[in-house]
Amino acid sequence: MIVLFYIAAVVAVIATIAVILQTNIVHALLYMVVSLLAIAVIFYVLGAPFAAVLEAIVYAGAIMVLFLFVIMMLNLGQHTRNEEKSWLTPRGWIGPSILSGILLAQLLSVMADLDHDIIPKQVGVMEVSALLFGPYVLAVELASILLLAGLVAAYHLAKPK
Amino acid sequence: MSSIPIEHGLVLSAILFAIGLIGVLTRRNIVFVLMSLEIMLNASGLAFIVAASRWGHAEGQVMFLMILTLAAAEVAVGLGLIIQMFRQFKTIDINVLSEMKG
Repeated sequence: MIVLFYIAAVVAVIATIAVILQTNIVHALLYMVVSLLAIAVIFYVLGAPFAAVLEAIVYAGAIMVLFLFVIMMLNLGQHTRNEEKSWLTPRGWIGPSILSGILLAQLLSVMADLDHDIIPKQVGVMEVSALLFGPYVLAVELASILLLAGLVAAYHLAKPK
Repeated sequence: MSSIPIEHGLVLSAILFAIGLIGVLTRRNIVFVLMSLEIMLNASGLAFIVAASRWGHAEGQVMFLMILTLAAAEVAVGLGLIIQMFRQFKTIDINVLSEMKG
């Protein structure tokens, strides 16, 4: 089980790097699905099967398909790929990469002296839903209102003039 | 050996977050920017799950659900904006949006 964590972690990092280096949007989307599925495996190994299933269904399923629909609607051709290639110059990405690398190094140095071990223990749907419909029921209601607002806003924004 | 040091989970989440940040700063295609935002949100969700798994709590999964909802709403609104932008400007280059005129 523990080996699965490290394999999935390596797959997730490689697939995520591939996402931001791609010039073809559909290929990037497929790499993103791979990365999300790898993270779903990590959730399962860490003992969160409910989160793993939601990651696979909602993220890798629903959200990525939403992206795919929009890409199909935009109908981007070959010239956008060539444009993408001309935008991805080393001058453009070296600066941001160095700055993000510094931030990452700071985060890593903060985490360096933690010494807790995770002993994975299954926390199933029962415990999560007991919390969701107990103390966090207001948050669930607010989330439903947020989704409704998102639905109305997306409908209004994407409506042809 | 049946335990994972918590640093490894948090380091993975930090690395994914940094990759997403590089994507947001580097790409000029607005669809890629939105996808990198998804990567960053997902990395923060991973940090919640790792921390919850250390103490065997279910609260981390509840927070992950909230992040998931937020991501879904954000993507819906963002993609609506992308469609509207493509109608008006016929491109998905975010530099075009710096004109500030209609």
